[in-house]
Amino acid sequence: MTGLQQYDLVILGAGPAGMASAKEASEAGLNTLILDEQPRAGGQIYRNIGRPILQNRSILGEDYYVGESLLAGLAQASLTHISNATVWEVTGDNTLCFSAEGMSRQVGFKKLLLATGAQERPVPFPGWTLPGVMTCGAAQILLKSSGLTPVEPLVIAGSGPLLLLIACQLIRAGVRVEGIVETTPTANYGRALKEIGGAIKGWRHLLKGMRMLNEIRRSGVKFYKCATELRAEPGSDGNLASVSFRKGSTLHQLECQTLLVHQGVIPNTQLGRAIGLEHQWDEVQQCWKPTLLENGCSSHPDIFIAGDSAGIGGAIVAEIQGRTVTNEIVQQLGLKGKKDSEIDSLRKELADQLAIRPFLDYLYRPLDMFLRPQGETIVCRCEEVSATEIRGLVKQGCVGPNQTKAFCRSGMGPCQGRQCGSTVTALLADELGSNPSDVGYYNIRFPIKPVTLGELASLSQPAQDGTVK
Amino acid sequence: MAADFSFNRLPCNERAEVEITIEGHKVIALEGETVAAAVMHSGLRPTRTTAVSGTGRAPYCMMGVCFECLMNIDGKPNTQACMTEVSEGMVITVQQGAREIGGDRL
Repeated sequence: MTGLQQYDLVILGAGPAGMASAKEASEAGLNTLILDEQPRAGGQIYRNIGRPILQNRSILGEDYYVGESLLAGLAQASLTHISNATVWEVTGDNTLCFSAEGMSRQVGFKKLLLATGAQERPVPFPGWTLPGVMTCGAAQILLKSSGLTPVEPLVIAGSGPLLLLIACQLIRAGVRVEGIVETTPTANYGRALKEIGGAIKGWRHLLKGMRMLNEIRRSGVKFYKCATELRAEPGSDGNLASVSFRKGSTLHQLECQTLLVHQGVIPNTQLGRAIGLEHQWDEVQQCWKPTLLENGCSSHPDIFIAGDSAGIGGAIVAEIQGRTVTNEIVQQLGLKGKKDSEIDSLRKELADQLAIRPFLDYLYRPLDMFLRPQGETIVCRCEEVSATEIRGLVKQGCVGPNQTKAFCRSGMGPCQGRQCGSTVTALLADELGSNPSDVGYYNIRFPIKPVTLGELASLSQPAQDGTVK
Repeated sequence: MAADFSFNRLPCNERAEVEITIEGHKVIALEGETVAAAVMHSGLRPTRTTAVSGTGRAPYCMMGVCFECLMNIDGKPNTQACMTEVSEGMVITVQQGAREIGGDRL
């Protein structure tokens, strides 16, 4: 390809990994482009950190404002930063297409860093599509970007650190929470205890968790532990009206107009999948992640991955990986990287930060009903395909996720499988008596985000000065 | 009386106000926020009906993943409300079922 603007490094995503990488790359003298889907840098964890909206900083807590220094690093970096940019294709010959401001552009790269972060694990259960049910992450985004809190009565249901965090943040904001319905299975506690060594190494995280539990306890909000059979019910208007669940032998029902759900986060692998990078099933985290070398390199020699999109580790891990992986890229491009001693100390910090992961992964492994739903529970939200329907396909001879597309259109709606992919794989594995590794995943095809014909057509008319209009 | 689904606004730092129209009603949004946020503050629910069964849906993930927040924004159907920032005079309506093909905004 001639005439394309060329970059040494293109970074996709301006969250903690992308921001840290951008700073390293520009300091090393790489000609760098960072593309981000959001209007402002920060990713989801530090969303809107450039101009925090809440007057009361104690609501989100100090961990959020840590992002300010990363953003300052990005602001000082000498590079090209394009916001509101949707990357919809990466080709094998080191070029990519993105769309911004209604125009598409194609650029070339020597190295590409995917720092596309995580998405919340899809949590299929009866009623999860009702208006009024949304994810804990969504509530946090509304808080960070608009200072909005959910309409009451409010119930929070699910499992994982983010569930406790959003509960604390909303309580601090003065929101009345009717109940926190924790679905962490009893058996998880015993299994997690075997990983207590790592948890002790990561005592700072453990302490944070205990502080959050204490804060919830002191607030007096009802906390239902080991709940099962979660179900959201509609009112006569079709919107969410109540949530029911079982705790022990008792069935509870709570009226609510908002239900926040959460079952952990999983790597956002959509782009890597579409490129055709190798992925592997992580049995402990119950998710797919890209197959990477220790230096962060994917199965394509010029494509690297850092942060949660490489495997869930959280914001601090993402930041460190952004730095170490970029250092590797700098060296591969023949420039002088960091001193070995500096890299060693970053690697040590990384190991320390990751020490608690096995404990958390076993503790917060979702209840089976969310991983392998049954009955009329909708699995594919876009095409409205139920668990029974997906399971029944196996009897009709369907042996893989790509065939389910032809059988019932699952995965073919606008979200392109992001909300049903992992569940469809799990259900097929269940019915086939197989495992997710063997069943595989949907083939994801470009464009990975909807593009208008106008945006496509604009590719043939490159801007005269080579910059994005 | 219809239920009030309005999300509550906490005390915020100074932001310019933007007037937009949601389902025919003029509402005030804050500069820099997304259409999905403004719509939830306005209390609109559902924000679309599905193409398959016509049931109601509302924003779910707020980060561009789930595509539940598709709305008609300034005449352009199938637009992700959570990925679009409000702008002065914007007109937003519920998307009923599948989008209609036509117009010059393909």
